[in-house]
Amino acid sequence: MTAYPETAAAVLPVDGRGRRSTSPRLRAASPIVYLVAVLVIGVMLVPIAYIIIGGFRTNSQITVDPSGMPDPWVSVNYLDVLTGDVFWREVLNSTIVGLATTFGVIVLGLMASFVLARYRFAGRGALYALFAAGLMFPLTVAITPLYIVVRSLGLMNSLGGVILPQIAFALPVTIIILVPFLRAIPEEIQEAAAIDGCSRLGFFWRMVLPLSIPGVVTVGILAFVGSWNSYLLPLFILNDQAAFTLPLGVQAFSSEYSVDTAKVLAFTSLSMIPALIFFSVFERRIVGGLTGAVKG
Amino acid sequence: MTARVDSATEIDVPAGPAHHDGGVAQATPPSPRRRRGTGWGARLEIALLVGPALIVFLGLVIFPVVMAAYYGFFSWKGYGPPTDFIGFRNYVTILQDPAFQEAVLHNFTIVVLSLILQGPAAFLLALLLNRRMRGQSIIRVLIFVPYVIAEVVVGTGWSLMLQTNGAVNDLLEKMGLGFLAQDWLSNPDLAIWTLMGIITWKYIGFAVILFLAGLQGIPDELNEAAAIDGATFWQIQRHITLPLMGPTLRIWAFLSIIGSLQLFDLVYIIWGQYVASTAGTSTMATYMVSEGRNAGNFGYGNAVAVVLFVISLVVALVYQRFVLRRDTEGAITGDQKKGRFQR
Repeated sequence: MTAYPETAAAVLPVDGRGRRSTSPRLRAASPIVYLVAVLVIGVMLVPIAYIIIGGFRTNSQITVDPSGMPDPWVSVNYLDVLTGDVFWREVLNSTIVGLATTFGVIVLGLMASFVLARYRFAGRGALYALFAAGLMFPLTVAITPLYIVVRSLGLMNSLGGVILPQIAFALPVTIIILVPFLRAIPEEIQEAAAIDGCSRLGFFWRMVLPLSIPGVVTVGILAFVGSWNSYLLPLFILNDQAAFTLPLGVQAFSSEYSVDTAKVLAFTSLSMIPALIFFSVFERRIVGGLTGAVKG
Repeated sequence: MTARVDSATEIDVPAGPAHHDGGVAQATPPSPRRRRGTGWGARLEIALLVGPALIVFLGLVIFPVVMAAYYGFFSWKGYGPPTDFIGFRNYVTILQDPAFQEAVLHNFTIVVLSLILQGPAAFLLALLLNRRMRGQSIIRVLIFVPYVIAEVVVGTGWSLMLQTNGAVNDLLEKMGLGFLAQDWLSNPDLAIWTLMGIITWKYIGFAVILFLAGLQGIPDELNEAAAIDGATFWQIQRHITLPLMGPTLRIWAFLSIIGSLQLFDLVYIIWGQYVASTAGTSTMATYMVSEGRNAGNFGYGNAVAVVLFVISLVVALVYQRFVLRRDTEGAITGDQKKGRFQR
């Protein structure tokens, strides 16, 4: 663990820190602390619960008693959404965009980071600075010209028109997280590989890839969650309903069925389930990755 | 730390072709690996490995930004090459437009309110949670949930709850607080506070998680020593924790400021769709989209993008210069990382 430079270390040790936080030296929590914690969690979760539970009500229930519980519980809204093809098509589109973005970011980011971490050549510092400077160009600022570039590439209304820019805009964070990881791989391993007749690219393929998996997972999760929730770019690029990703779909659905609140709530809560599952599975990595990315 | 591994791990690629091997090569024929280690082989590897990333990055990040600056000088509807060069007139219009000035005012209000509302609240929460307690990890996860949910979902859900006949007003009624019921969304005077409430709800989890990570990096020995010397809990927080949390707090503030300046999704979804007027909450980014793409004035939209970028950049540079300078780690723009290479 100590061999990792700052950034990598900050990405990794959520486990280690989690353990430390339960060390006997810290003050034990009083009931008041628990009370405050429960209150805060309530505030965070009640709106989400409202969306999910609201989907089990009928519109007349919602109109008569906006903040009440379902009475009786009805599942017709959820069934309607789940049996229609709109929701599944958008899930598929979001999945394709998310996976392709993640894959592209990892492949391009790893290759570039490998060079930046382990080759010495004139202009390397400048190259790194160029990628790092990308953090100063968020998508919001570049969206109008980006739209024009994507249009002139003929990628309007195609998922590729969302995937490629997302890869490009995720590269800076990826490279900043991965370079320290790749640097920390000891020289001895590379020498040993060389003695065994392994070329530098062979070393990259056989040693660097497996060893950099923790960093790659972090980077991949950040890219996937970002892509899954992304709104502005699809809004500009995808005008055709058939190509909509889930965020656009939620918005389109809620304007189309603006009088059918219950169905909108059902659609909205179904659309966040994949993200919630993904988050609960990779929670430590996501939290660690975000704090690590920020601190690095 | 990186400096230590620096020279050891790198592969030498000389500036000129293969001057390293010059003498050696005649004495002992270089192994294939060695030959590839210098000279053109390595350059080819570098080009092949960096090339794809560089092309994608230059083509889709740098080039559009440069083009924005170019298109911003034209009156252009977005079709065909821009021909109607109008110099700085777009910029003059933007800066004189009361709607834009209002948007800038909103952005900076959001910047300040985010820092004031989220910072202290998140810090106190982190202090509170940073102790031995059951279920701490599940609490951390649950606080973080709103941050992970898409802006669209958050916007749709809150819009429905905050309608005049929505759940929030109804709940207030039931609790006997009916006089507090408001037109949360369409009242322009109130709208920015509603927005701040939603922003705080969505993003405070990130601050808490970040601060908790920072707190857990502070050695317990310091707190213990202070406690032995008779310092009270609050004295310890004020004189030990707060200063040591400086870097974390400053980085969080930086991210919060930049995020507030570029705020788009929540406003556009809630006020664009459900209220159909962003009066009271418009931001530079929503102004850019509604006056640029939605109005078909692409030259104008690009000019707004440039203004938005310049404002963000100036704020970021000023912040880096006067605030982040104190921290050895933590240059978001990578200035310090560049320093690593030059060391």
